[in-house]
Amino acid sequence: MHGTIHELTAAYTRGETTPSRATDEYLARIAKLDDKVGAYLTVTAEPARAAARAADERYRAGRPLGPIDGAPIALKDVFCTKGVRTTCASKILENFVPPYDATVVDRLAKAGAIMLGKTNMDEFAMGSSTEHSALKVTRNPWDLARVPGGSSGGPAAAVAAGLAAGSLGTDTGGSIRQPAAFCGVVGLKPTYGRVSRFGLVAFASSLDHPGPFGLDVLDTSLLLGAIAGRDPLDATSIDAPVPDYAAGLEQGVRGLRLGVPDEYFTKGMDAEVEIAVRAAIDVLKGLGATLERVSLPATPHALATYYVIAPAEASSNLARYDGVKYGLRVPGHDLIDMESKTRAAGFGAEVRRRIMLGTYVLSAGYYDAYYGQAQKVRTLVRRDFDAAFGRVDLIVAPTTPNVPFKHGEKTDPVQMYLNDVFTIPADMAGVPGVSVPCGFTKTGLPIGLQIIGRALDEATVLRAARAYERATDWHTRRPALS
Amino acid sequence: MISREDVVHVARLARLALTDAELETIREQLNAILSHIDALRAVDTSGVEPTSHAVPQFNVMREDEPRPCFPVEEMLANAPDRAGDFFRVPRIIEE
Repeated sequence: MHGTIHELTAAYTRGETTPSRATDEYLARIAKLDDKVGAYLTVTAEPARAAARAADERYRAGRPLGPIDGAPIALKDVFCTKGVRTTCASKILENFVPPYDATVVDRLAKAGAIMLGKTNMDEFAMGSSTEHSALKVTRNPWDLARVPGGSSGGPAAAVAAGLAAGSLGTDTGGSIRQPAAFCGVVGLKPTYGRVSRFGLVAFASSLDHPGPFGLDVLDTSLLLGAIAGRDPLDATSIDAPVPDYAAGLEQGVRGLRLGVPDEYFTKGMDAEVEIAVRAAIDVLKGLGATLERVSLPATPHALATYYVIAPAEASSNLARYDGVKYGLRVPGHDLIDMESKTRAAGFGAEVRRRIMLGTYVLSAGYYDAYYGQAQKVRTLVRRDFDAAFGRVDLIVAPTTPNVPFKHGEKTDPVQMYLNDVFTIPADMAGVPGVSVPCGFTKTGLPIGLQIIGRALDEATVLRAARAYERATDWHTRRPALS
Repeated sequence: MISREDVVHVARLARLALTDAELETIREQLNAILSHIDALRAVDTSGVEPTSHAVPQFNVMREDEPRPCFPVEEMLANAPDRAGDFFRVPRIIEE
């Protein structure tokens, strides 16, 4: 138990266990441990058992659907699931039952994955600690007093704690890579448009990236392969062939040029993070990669740019929660009164703050100074990556400037936002990035190495991550939970 | 600096019925956030095109063919209030 998807499916093939037995084991583990971790908002035990029985049949007949058939997985509660409540960890959607599946949910099901349930997150994916969930507290499996990161804290904690073999989250400003680093698992943010956003509850549409979590790079690659590709239901999804991400994983890093950006090693960062990440980069060098200093000079402006663009898009996207078509309604004496009372009651403090900020920066008189300017600075961030990728194949850096913090430790919104300084730029440029475990602090908290690549070059990102993983054993450590 | 009047105006645009205390807290927090964001104004962006999407796509077309729609009952299943096949809202037109 608490192994990888590829180990599990190999055991199915050898007849050592079955999807039903594995699913029951995961459900039992959830029943035993999730009171402590708090990863799940909804556990779908019966549909999971039914899906597992179907997978049993396929293995018995010697005809599994593919490499993740029978894998018990968890979904961030931001993905619409037909007939299964989808809350976005918000009171406004607490009882929302979608009439359709998100494309990624449909694709995972068609690949044979078994959904164990829906996991916690910061409300509407806005946050870096999962503390903004209106429904539940999620704890870091490595230290229950600490946060799992966010916004995809539930899916990251579920994988780290062995409450799912893999999971899906979304990354808008770092919401896959940061919790992956905090929970000591692998988390990949694909290229923008590589994975369909259809059926994903929208936060900031030009920045939202669905992507996988796994216990290792191979699992992460297998999950990406299952969900990637053009979707007619998402016009921004890219029409490019999906490579076999697992096939090229073992090619190593010899000859790859790695850029080490000056701007990602900053004064205020945690010393143990810097030491671990620099040591990880040396490991890659020892494996035959060449290192080069690069500069991404717009990095210091990326955070401010993000906190204009993302709230602006959110204020527009979240206008749909008006108490009319679905979700919470609080009565009012007229339509505007009803809407205003519904939204005030249904949205938590962080979501309201971002709606207010977004509405302000888009309002008459401020649009050009804030939103227009932010979109231009976003171009500068993209150009930085374009220039760097003219010289190097990958960029290697810390995923976060710090280690998991305690619940309630960061009460100032700006302090919370600073968590995402190293992850936001890749979202703004739309380029793929992965976080892989690269060490632990003296007190046993995980640290993540971030590897960023060219648009649509997930294969090289994953290959380098795999080379690092093979040379180290951080990814094989599991938190002690009982 | 964002004034009290600004916050009241923005809350109305955003359809958020906030209490006086909430408005004051948000005013202070928005000012703190905007003081960071204001650094953007000093960045030289002359001649720089804005980015709306990182991976630009243009004119994504599909065949203009009729396709099945979701059944009315399924679409109304989550409605807080309905009348027949319609969403019901508080009165917006004076009698």
